Amino acid sequence: MSTTEELMGPGRPELHLEEMVLNMGPQHPSTHGVLRLVLHLDGELVISVEPVLGYLHRGFEKLAESRTYLQYMAMISRLDYLSGFFMEWSYVRSVEALMGVRAPKRAEYIRVIIGELNRIISHHVAIGDFMLNLGAVTPFFWVFRDREDVYDLLEMVTGQRMMYNYMRVGGVRWDLPDEFEAGCRKFITEFPARIDEYEQLITDNEIFLSRTLGMGIIKPKEALDYGISGPNARAAGIDWDLRREVGYSVYPEFDFDVPLGEHGDCFDRYKCRIEEMRQSVRIIEQALDSICDGPVNLKLPPMIRPPAGDVYRAVETPRGEFGVYIVSNGGLRPWRLKLRDPTFSAISMIPKLTAGNKIADLVAIAGSLDLLMGGVDR
Amino acid sequence: MSSIIDFLTNFIPGFILALMVIAASAIVFPFLMRRLWGFICDRLGPNRVGPEGLFQPFADGLKLFIKEDVTPAQAHRWLFLLAPAVALVTPMLTQVVIPFSPDYTIADLNIGLIYVVAVGSFSVLGILIAGWASNNKYSLVGGLRAAAQMISYEIPLLLTIIIVALLTGSLSLNSVVGAQGSVWFAAVQPLGFIIYIIAGVAELNRTPFDLPEAESELVSGYNTEYGGMRFAFFAALIEWGNVTVWAMAGSTLFLGGWRGPFVDSAGWLAIKVVAMALMIIWFFATFPRLQIDQLMAFAWKVLIPLSLANLAATGLFIIIWPDNFLLPTAIVSWSCIALFIIFFPSIIRRVLLNKRLKMLAERRMTTIIHGTGKGGITS
Repeated sequence: MSTTEELMGPGRPELHLEEMVLNMGPQHPSTHGVLRLVLHLDGELVISVEPVLGYLHRGFEKLAESRTYLQYMAMISRLDYLSGFFMEWSYVRSVEALMGVRAPKRAEYIRVIIGELNRIISHHVAIGDFMLNLGAVTPFFWVFRDREDVYDLLEMVTGQRMMYNYMRVGGVRWDLPDEFEAGCRKFITEFPARIDEYEQLITDNEIFLSRTLGMGIIKPKEALDYGISGPNARAAGIDWDLRREVGYSVYPEFDFDVPLGEHGDCFDRYKCRIEEMRQSVRIIEQALDSICDGPVNLKLPPMIRPPAGDVYRAVETPRGEFGVYIVSNGGLRPWRLKLRDPTFSAISMIPKLTAGNKIADLVAIAGSLDLLMGGVDR
Repeated sequence: MSSIIDFLTNFIPGFILALMVIAASAIVFPFLMRRLWGFICDRLGPNRVGPEGLFQPFADGLKLFIKEDVTPAQAHRWLFLLAPAVALVTPMLTQVVIPFSPDYTIADLNIGLIYVVAVGSFSVLGILIAGWASNNKYSLVGGLRAAAQMISYEIPLLLTIIIVALLTGSLSLNSVVGAQGSVWFAAVQPLGFIIYIIAGVAELNRTPFDLPEAESELVSGYNTEYGGMRFAFFAALIEWGNVTVWAMAGSTLFLGGWRGPFVDSAGWLAIKVVAMALMIIWFFATFPRLQIDQLMAFAWKVLIPLSLANLAATGLFIIIWPDNFLLPTAIVSWSCIALFIIFFPSIIRRVLLNKRLKMLAERRMTTIIHGTGKGGITS
């Protein structure tokens, strides 16, 4: 019995049509960079999907073995370019754990503030791209308008708009500029109203609801089986957020909620991201209130030599758990470095989520998972 | 001999007028759309070429004009070249029966309404030919979507146009305008007008029904393989030409055509056409895209029964009160709209939430299906 008949119902074997194989990507408007999907189609119906990876492979893990710990700093934020700060954070957390040092308190506050700002702009792109995949063009421009404000703040602090290279082992590169606090406070007072604006345009739209409710459902057990993390897992009802569970940095000091979904469909994933943006605003507000004075960097030698050993540390990025596993033999360079990217797990769910749906649902589901190929093809 | 001269004196000015209307719409509307959409997005839109960016369409046109005319090697050459010309037939020919002003119609056919519908169905041909002849899978899917969608939405469109014929008692568009002396049909039949707008937007493949050229799914749909001037034909002349004739027909049927306050002239028709085109731009900036089976379900389960009921009710009122049927029609139609506004959101929410629960329960089934697919690029 062929797949087509299973999907279309029994009988009518004379209506059996040929499968069409469609290569979606690596150059396609809605594959978020260079994801290639090989679709087997029966008309509009997707029979099976196979993601093909590797078009953005840059040898990140191997290159780490020929670079000193500080040199690799400049590379790692290019991995997941929308949340580069979390890549750096995860890396310095691993190296700090390996060396047994802790960054000064003020540096941790700065990391939290910049990190949450970065989470907001990453969710901006996630929502904008998701809506673009659904065919709504205006939300994309609205979120990019608001992203500019955050980019101005990040540029003020780090001198860069995307590839920050701001973290250092044992702190951050330099202190916050004086005008940062006023700018940041202005942004977080204005921003919640803008989130309401997105919700007015998107969440109450019947077409949006009809496209996303019940679409691409991830069950909690599947989320665990596939290693899904971040908003995708929380939308499925998995109450897991490293910021709260592990409580790294100064996160235990802050009061914030972890938004959860019930159904694990596209709508819940979208809603989780919207709520996380609100929570990020709360965290930034508390961090700005409680930030203390002091040094922002430990006095470490320019050439770091961590002791031999191995360590894995992860942070909660906008896409889920991003971890860095470092094996050191006591030399100037990591002996082996392994990166764990959440998007890789999310992509492995695509075949399961999309089989039996339409092409239009495929792009909706792919958009709702917030895929970013930079982290997948390491 | 005199009939040939008669034909030529009618044909040549009419042809030039139709061409100029389409050319003007291809220049004005893309510009308006980009600037207005820009304002809706809180940005400026193109404002560099000329004052306020007014010459942007000319710059774009020039750029597309001087590009190389590429025909893909695997395409069906003649059909590929023919498709834009076929698609241009609809916007050109529909204008023949439109009353431009109180004393000018290119040809006042006594079956004008039937003619509009008949010529309108032609537009799907050009798109289908383009999709098939490109020999591209995205184009093919786009063309097939266009065929399914445009044929489905023609039915409610036709049923609504019949209502206008009933209200007028004639099939000539001039008498339709003539019958709207006291009140526009949009006020008598708001339900019909809304169905006309929805079905028309679907006919035109505009957002939220822009599935044939869904850029996030099908790259550019049926016109993916077209470039240069042929792309300009599809993207500007045909798209916006179709919008213009749809708005012209809509203004004539429901908004009183050239009728207006103070003076009856072609200017009022132009204003109404621009207003209806602006509505399309507004939809574009606001809505996501429907999915293909939701689109078909909406046509067959909502619009067609609704327009059939509307037609039956209007016909009934005309039989019962042959002299003043406008008032009862208007009352029923407006109350339908009121009921719709009051109850539709809660009904659709309930339907969607039920669908969500059903899909949650069915999720296990799709799990089984996965894995039986042939899959695998190596196999």
